[in-house]
Amino acid sequence: MPANKTKNKQEKKKANLLGEQLKVVNIGISTFADDLRSQNVDVINVDWKPPAGGDTEMLKLLEKVGF
Amino acid sequence: MITKIIVKKMTYRDSISLMKISDGLSKLSGVTQAAVVMATELNRRVLTEAGFKDAAIDRAASDDMIIAIEAKDEASRDSAFAETEKMLLSSNEKLAGVNSIPASLEEALGIIPEANLVVISVPGQFANREASRALARGLNVFIFSSNVSREDELSLKQMARGKRLLVMGPDCGTSIINHKVLGFGNTIREGSIGLVSASGTGLQEVATLIHKGGLGISQAIGTGGGDLSELVGGITMIQGIELLEADEQTRMIVLISKPPGPNTMKKVLKAVQQCKKPVIVNFLGAAVSQSMLGQHRAANTLEDAARVAFELSGIKPSSEEQGLSKETTLLGLAKHENLARSQTYIRGLFSGGTLCYESQVILEPLIGAVYSNAPINERNKVPGDVPSKNHACIDMGAEEFVAGRAHPMIDFSLRNMRILQEARDPETAVILLDVELGYGSNPDPAGQLVPVILKARDLAENYGRHLSFVASVVGTDGDFQGLAKQEKGLVDAGVLIMPTNVQATKLAAVIATGRSV
Repeated sequence: MPANKTKNKQEKKKANLLGEQLKVVNIGISTFADDLRSQNVDVINVDWKPPAGGDTEMLKLLEKVGF
Repeated sequence: MITKIIVKKMTYRDSISLMKISDGLSKLSGVTQAAVVMATELNRRVLTEAGFKDAAIDRAASDDMIIAIEAKDEASRDSAFAETEKMLLSSNEKLAGVNSIPASLEEALGIIPEANLVVISVPGQFANREASRALARGLNVFIFSSNVSREDELSLKQMARGKRLLVMGPDCGTSIINHKVLGFGNTIREGSIGLVSASGTGLQEVATLIHKGGLGISQAIGTGGGDLSELVGGITMIQGIELLEADEQTRMIVLISKPPGPNTMKKVLKAVQQCKKPVIVNFLGAAVSQSMLGQHRAANTLEDAARVAFELSGIKPSSEEQGLSKETTLLGLAKHENLARSQTYIRGLFSGGTLCYESQVILEPLIGAVYSNAPINERNKVPGDVPSKNHACIDMGAEEFVAGRAHPMIDFSLRNMRILQEARDPETAVILLDVELGYGSNPDPAGQLVPVILKARDLAENYGRHLSFVASVVGTDGDFQGLAKQEKGLVDAGVLIMPTNVQATKLAAVIATGRSV
């Protein structure tokens, strides 16, 4: 398959979440993942912690230097 | 009583996990009060008001966790602390599932590379970062988090539109995508009505009314409350209209929002005019002229939006079209006769922000000014966390009530405290409530409310006042809490249950004023 055709197919897939089988990454409230699992949705939960120890100023600095 | 407070530096758990741990601790023998919370300003204040006074609380930062326990004796206190550690540990293990715990989106994608959606509910100041990363990797995003700036929202949505991705939110309470509920939402029959909503509880109210009337939905796309601001310009709502127009299962589309800004309204209505499927536009309380709609339809309230959807489907709705039935009006008038002379005002305490707004839209023409922390007229704005005066509708899901706390649909503690506060006020005639069932909501809302309602009524009765409670339950027979069971629990406690928020609001007006509406 030509490369641009493959790309178009990927774009089309991206464009419409509706009709696709949901595959979810959950970041935050873990019960949202539990509720999705109970609806037979594939979901993986991230053990999220505030980056830079929750220091938003430090976070901005880190993001500036590419972290 | 013995109290002990421990601050765990830089330790994070989400608000719902912590609420469950707090509830578990409160039930332990010998424990009189317990709270495990992130040390946000709101949570620190609530702890102090509950009698936990300690310099460590004042010193704690918002990324610290506070464990506060009050017990009858030292042994009970110590065993409660040991139990807290166990619960925190087991909530960590639960996150792990089987073997690996991804600590970031990137690690998660290593495990589930075919992911197509990221659900984000981290504290607002970090949500933009996570959402940007998801979009950069070509993933759709559902952002439950609030407190994201409009500028960040615009930039996320512009990036998403360029990549033909969807950003639902920020501040998106619910969506139903491919019949799967994201966030807080109800179990709704599959059908052909597609919803696009800037309001979580607005979406829930319309979807449940559609279900109760025998129809179903194809998709329900939440856009987040800020989508129809002038800055963001309805990017997600317009994308939603286009997606549903292309969706084979969808035969008609219902749009739900508080009134958008004038330029955004024009943009959205332009997309409506171009849509080849019938569209019902409900911009709560905003006048939308027929000339701006073309062949499409307008609806004034959430109840009205569902009614028009039934009409276009050729089905007579189960709910009343206008006003209250004669029996309900007579009931309201009888309740009015029981009021003491001082009891004059309606006090609406809402967990659903759009239901709070809809009630004001209904009430203002009937009873005049209604004061609110989320008012329909800015001149009637009051802080949410001070005692009510006059007629008031308070959005208990607003930022001042949820910073670092679970939403009032799941955590009833602040609304219950407010119910008792209103009951002590001799001017309160009727308390108007909404109750939401479904995923994300409390497993037993009636069980949370009934003891407080009985106590509130006793408080008023002690002073010769008869306090009325009116409520509507947003839910379906498919919701795990059991709609019939929840309604019965409330009815048995003397709550007047109405089928929609509009009708509950009108009944509250009859009780307070003694006039039919």
